[in-house]
Amino acid sequence: MTKNNSVSSVALEDHSEGMNYLVNLPRQTITVYIPLFLITTVLLFPFYWMTVTAIKPKAHLLDLDTHNPFWTWEPTLEHITALLFETEYPNWLWNTMFISVSATVLSLIASVFAAYAITRVRFSGANAVGGMIFLAYLVPPSILFIPLSTVVYQYGLFDTPFALILTYPTILIPFSTWLLMGYFKSIPYELEECALVDGATRWQILTRIIVPLAIPGLISASIFSLTLCWNEFIYALTFINSVENKTVPVAIVSAFTDGDQYRWGSLMAGSLVGTLPLVILYAFFVEHYVSAMTGAVKE
Amino acid sequence: MSKIGQVVSTRSKGFKSAWSDNKNLIGSLFMLPAAAFLILFLVYPLGLGIWLSFTDARIGRTGVFIGLENYEWIVMDPKFHTAVFFTIFYTVVASAAKFAIGLYLAVLLNERLPFKAILRAIILIPFIVPTVLSAIAFWWIYDPQFSVVSWSLREMGWIEGNIDFLGDPWNSRWSVIFANVWRGVPFIAISLLAGLQTVPASLYEAATLDGATPWQMFVKITYPLLTPIIAVVMTFSVLFTFTDFQLIKVLTNGGPAGATELMATMSYNTAILGGRIGEGAAVSTAMVPFLLGAIMVSWFGLQRRKWQQGSSDD
Repeated sequence: MTKNNSVSSVALEDHSEGMNYLVNLPRQTITVYIPLFLITTVLLFPFYWMTVTAIKPKAHLLDLDTHNPFWTWEPTLEHITALLFETEYPNWLWNTMFISVSATVLSLIASVFAAYAITRVRFSGANAVGGMIFLAYLVPPSILFIPLSTVVYQYGLFDTPFALILTYPTILIPFSTWLLMGYFKSIPYELEECALVDGATRWQILTRIIVPLAIPGLISASIFSLTLCWNEFIYALTFINSVENKTVPVAIVSAFTDGDQYRWGSLMAGSLVGTLPLVILYAFFVEHYVSAMTGAVKE
Repeated sequence: MSKIGQVVSTRSKGFKSAWSDNKNLIGSLFMLPAAAFLILFLVYPLGLGIWLSFTDARIGRTGVFIGLENYEWIVMDPKFHTAVFFTIFYTVVASAAKFAIGLYLAVLLNERLPFKAILRAIILIPFIVPTVLSAIAFWWIYDPQFSVVSWSLREMGWIEGNIDFLGDPWNSRWSVIFANVWRGVPFIAISLLAGLQTVPASLYEAATLDGATPWQMFVKITYPLLTPIIAVVMTFSVLFTFTDFQLIKVLTNGGPAGATELMATMSYNTAILGGRIGEGAAVSTAMVPFLLGAIMVSWFGLQRRKWQQGSSDD
């Protein structure tokens, strides 16, 4: 179909763009744009539906026939204000943030040391330790939570934020260490040798040279870790008992499922507000986020 | 001063001894924080879990060793059979669908498109929205009376009554699988897209000159070059799907009548809600052989990549 066309254009055009110029617009519409549009719509719909439900008046929620359910002309903040001022939601949001940030900071510190030791100190057995850290990444919380709940109880951490702050690093450290190892490996050895010649200690090399150069990696690791903590459900469900100590995902599931006909408004508002901080964070750091995700896979 | 002398005299050797004097000590000091977390809260509980599965521990009571009794008990339990069946079914069907759609989406995104970066950012949104919160949105979409899907299909005249998404065993199974696929596709698509971007365009140019069709190019160039990354991504996907908990817990809580019970939710219900820690630990320990299988796949996938690229293992 485009054979003649291609022969003439190959001679004229730059090759670096690949073969995409062979594809014309109508063809691309059918093979690319339409499937892409359908998939994106399905992927975004639950999120859109969550938002619309959260701002619909109560009366419209269950009345699908007189009001088109996909849109509302009378947006209201009643669900969101009720959520923020009549429930313990702000408290849960604070718990989630506090726990996520603390666990992220703790695991980042531990991971920087571990990744540096594995990639650069080259102590005996460094490769084996690296492999073990990767294996730890593959141990899922679903098989750990039962024994871990007895451990948390033994250590006297049950029903405190520390039960989560100290257990989340087991999920975050393997991931962050693995990611940071990749970044540290890319830093030239010569920089460290120069510092050593100038009389720098290991500590100075780490804090003055390695860490500043690995800032993008640190941002990726912390963004991804924060998201993982925010997302975490099974530990938070098992280790936290009292309502005021719960995190957003657990609290929403247990607090608003009381059989109220109109609970959907508050459930959706709660989900929306619980998601927004992550979406905002994500919007600012998309590239770091993607590099964290793909970096961990590639390594 | 002596250090400088060493360095000046034999550069490489001098460095080596200066570094190696204390590198084991420094190495273990630096490993200490990470090792402490992982040993206290990962290795120890992992061992403890296996031990607990051989005891009759209950909440608030440390059990005594009872051998394989827990395993005998769960193997005879028809509920466990349903859970194992559905866990495998869920993992196989959802992973296959995620792989097919994710690869397709990655190939689409690899085309020359306007606003590619924005599109990629939008597609990742289902992955960053906390699973529980998107599961709640799905719960509302699957509502037996006020489901917007039922409403739309009814308006279009395709169905008469509402669909009972979560009340019927097979409907609920397909519904949770759909929600899982929805959540998993972005991760696979974006990871595979990163792999696709490393495939050199010149290969496609050469293939086009040789008269290859798009499908041949996909089968002979794209897919083989992507195999290593596919192996890793799919291992993770299988691992997380197999041990899934959140979606089921929120959407169906294992119902109706245990039709959507996974091994993870069953172990939670047995150990935490039912208080039978030992039996629950046996259910979750029974997941380990499957996980080992998945890890083996990942391991061999990685090995093959290193061999293909001819790079050393470092």
